[in-house]
Amino acid sequence: MELGPRIIFRIGSVPISETVCWSIIVSLAILLFAFLATRKMQTVPHGAQLLGEMLVGFVYKMVKDVMGDISDKFAPYCGTLLVFLGLGSMLGLLDFRPTTSDLNCTFPLALVTFVLIHYNAVKAQTAKGYIKELSSPYPFMLPLNIISDSMFPVTLACRLFGNILAGVILMGLVYSGLHTASAALVNLFADPDFTRESIVPFFQIGWPLILNFWFDMFEPILQAYIFVMLTMVFIDNGRHPVES
Amino acid sequence: MTGFTGAELIAAFSSLGAGMAMIAMAGVGIGIGFNAGKTVESTARQPEAQGTLLKLMLIGVALTETAGIFALVIAIMLLFANPLL
Repeated sequence: MELGPRIIFRIGSVPISETVCWSIIVSLAILLFAFLATRKMQTVPHGAQLLGEMLVGFVYKMVKDVMGDISDKFAPYCGTLLVFLGLGSMLGLLDFRPTTSDLNCTFPLALVTFVLIHYNAVKAQTAKGYIKELSSPYPFMLPLNIISDSMFPVTLACRLFGNILAGVILMGLVYSGLHTASAALVNLFADPDFTRESIVPFFQIGWPLILNFWFDMFEPILQAYIFVMLTMVFIDNGRHPVES
Repeated sequence: MTGFTGAELIAAFSSLGAGMAMIAMAGVGIGIGFNAGKTVESTARQPEAQGTLLKLMLIGVALTETAGIFALVIAIMLLFANPLL
């Protein structure tokens, strides 16, 4: 059984997989929505503009609750992450491979967050304060603090990746099991047996939607929210040292 | 003990190892259970703080889950991208 994303084509020797294609398509779709929603702005919004304003308002409020005074600087990044990760992980609803079920999608985003955290920490505390914070409470804790800090992007990326990939595997198992079950039921009564491929998998109708709702709607939203929430909390923590 | 090649043995024990790696999920289950239980307790004591508590609980659940997700990633690696084979 092959688990990795399919390779669609290659540029030179660089393989372009389906998750890369889908992340580009999702980005373009978000861009198109943003363009269409703000083309004819009205004072009393409705339709696409209303949806966009609700989303932007929600994100700004969420970021403000966590980060306080500097929230306006980080809200665009957090909102982008939320929308991109949420929509990208929900592709499983349309029976495509979610973009975040590929470590190559989640790890770069986690690295961006990592760089943001430490850049802002150095900027807010100056280099001396940053090193002092890193070697707290005792100087010999410095290597341990460095290790624990550098594990942060790995855990952030692996959490999203593992959750979505587990959903993909489980949905694949459920659907292929239901296909086999339908074939077995038909072959119980048919005399020359049908092949598995020629049978309409009627057991797949309807009820797997419950599982779809959990693994392709609830889980992506929750994981995208957690990704964004951890990003905000850690950027904020980096700026304000705990001791003070 | 004849008839097994080295690759077959490695595949067999990798599958066993993948199963054993998932034992880590037991601890994660206990952790998330504690987390949710304490959140319910706190909400019962102070219902107006429910929004904040829910947010904190989700972060806690996510952090707890990380250990289990590492186990899952290792199990998936052993099954589908085995470095020993």
